[in-house]
Amino acid sequence: MARPTFFQKVKYEKELKRDLAAEIVATPGGEKIFSCLQCGTCGSACPVSVYMDYTPRRLIGMVREGFKQEVVTSFAIWLCTSCYECTVRCPAGIKVTDVMYALKRVAIREGIYPRRFPVPVLAKEFIRMLKGTGRTNEFWLVLKVVLKTAPLKLLTSWPLGLRLWQHGRLCLMSARIPKPATADLRRMLESVEAGDAAEARPQARAA
Amino acid sequence: MAYTYFPGCCMHGFARHCQDSLYAVFGALGLELRELPGWNCCGATTYSSVDEHQAFVLAARDLALAEQVGLEVVAPCTACYMVLKKTKDFLGRYADLRALIDRTLSTAGLRYEGRVEIRHPLEILLRDVGMKALKSKVKKPLRGWNVAPYYGCLIARPYALSEGFSLEAFDAFIPALGANLVDFELKARCCGGSLTGTIEEVGHRLAYIILHQAKQNNADALVTVCPLCQLNLEAYQGKIKSRYGDDVTIPIPYFTQLIGMALGLSDQALGLGKLLVPLRWDVGERGLAAREPAAA
Repeated sequence: MARPTFFQKVKYEKELKRDLAAEIVATPGGEKIFSCLQCGTCGSACPVSVYMDYTPRRLIGMVREGFKQEVVTSFAIWLCTSCYECTVRCPAGIKVTDVMYALKRVAIREGIYPRRFPVPVLAKEFIRMLKGTGRTNEFWLVLKVVLKTAPLKLLTSWPLGLRLWQHGRLCLMSARIPKPATADLRRMLESVEAGDAAEARPQARAA
Repeated sequence: MAYTYFPGCCMHGFARHCQDSLYAVFGALGLELRELPGWNCCGATTYSSVDEHQAFVLAARDLALAEQVGLEVVAPCTACYMVLKKTKDFLGRYADLRALIDRTLSTAGLRYEGRVEIRHPLEILLRDVGMKALKSKVKKPLRGWNVAPYYGCLIARPYALSEGFSLEAFDAFIPALGANLVDFELKARCCGGSLTGTIEEVGHRLAYIILHQAKQNNADALVTVCPLCQLNLEAYQGKIKSRYGDDVTIPIPYFTQLIGMALGLSDQALGLGKLLVPLRWDVGERGLAAREPAAA
């Protein structure tokens, strides 16, 4: 959620964080953010921009100028459903959806999101499940996310679960790929994680 | 003709009726689906919010496995479809990323060469089967049915449309079944995706906009090509009614269910009983009766 910034309209040079722009430029799809002409096509195409505190256009502008705090604490980054409307329409060839993903990654990595906020909790639980079994089971995933974010919601959402179960659409058995492959997959994912972390370290020191 | 079938997690979970009907229709058209052995989740639209490189590893593993089989991949979930296509595109475009993925895959004895084609079953119907052949197999035309097509985002963006397909070309399967094509301008608008479960106020609103418009346009059924859109549009109709005070009850069949009905396949084989909002044969008659000027 955006912190109120009305009492401070001006950013001073020393408060700007340029590293965010560099990170976005290094992301596949985000290379061209400095060619953004701030036309706002992304926001007009976006089906959820009406709910956003900053539109995608403003987010890109803020990233370029180093307003990292405002960007990563914004509500907008969590609203992106990755419908790719902005990406296909951007006249500058910016893959805006991938920029939004990159911003979510920064916020999740730095732990900047409200407690019990479902979007990052869902993402984290999804990944934990995938590393365990290689596949996802929506029932257990949704249950875990609800328990971790708003357990009281079970009171209102159980009828849907029951209806799905009655219609033979609720699978309680956790899906998995054959055992040796699960281990292979987890090893691959972890090696990428370790490699990325090792690469990020010298940069962090330099910054 | 045989294809490698990439079900994705939901076809084995909440979207089993989609899978039932897909197998039934492909079987009736003489097309074979062979499930990809050892497939893993493609990462969907979620994994890249935490780690992009790992997300590409997931999808690349599936592509590498599919290359061992050597057939074209059919992905009936549009999220899987888009993710696999995007991975193929990005691995072809970004050499650094490709090197990282190649290195990682090789630790598990896998190799990705970029040969595999990823397709959605709708595309196979349109291009490989053709509407003429489909029409000739129709046994029970859906006469009197007003069907609105809904494709959602990921089959249309960012890839399918750039490859010589237009949304209008997608529509061709509806008249081929003998149904009336309802002009539906929101056919590629977002259904809410995972927001229906995370930020409900927004997610339900997005689904409501689509359902409301379908009702406005007098559709008897809103047909989807993505299992998540199917769930979103179907499962929250009750909640939408209580939230917005608007009755948007409308059946949301997966497109192969509709095709299967026209081909004369059994309700059981098409998983029609698994739809939360029932789709019945009298839709057409009821629809016609409602539309004809009242007698007297």
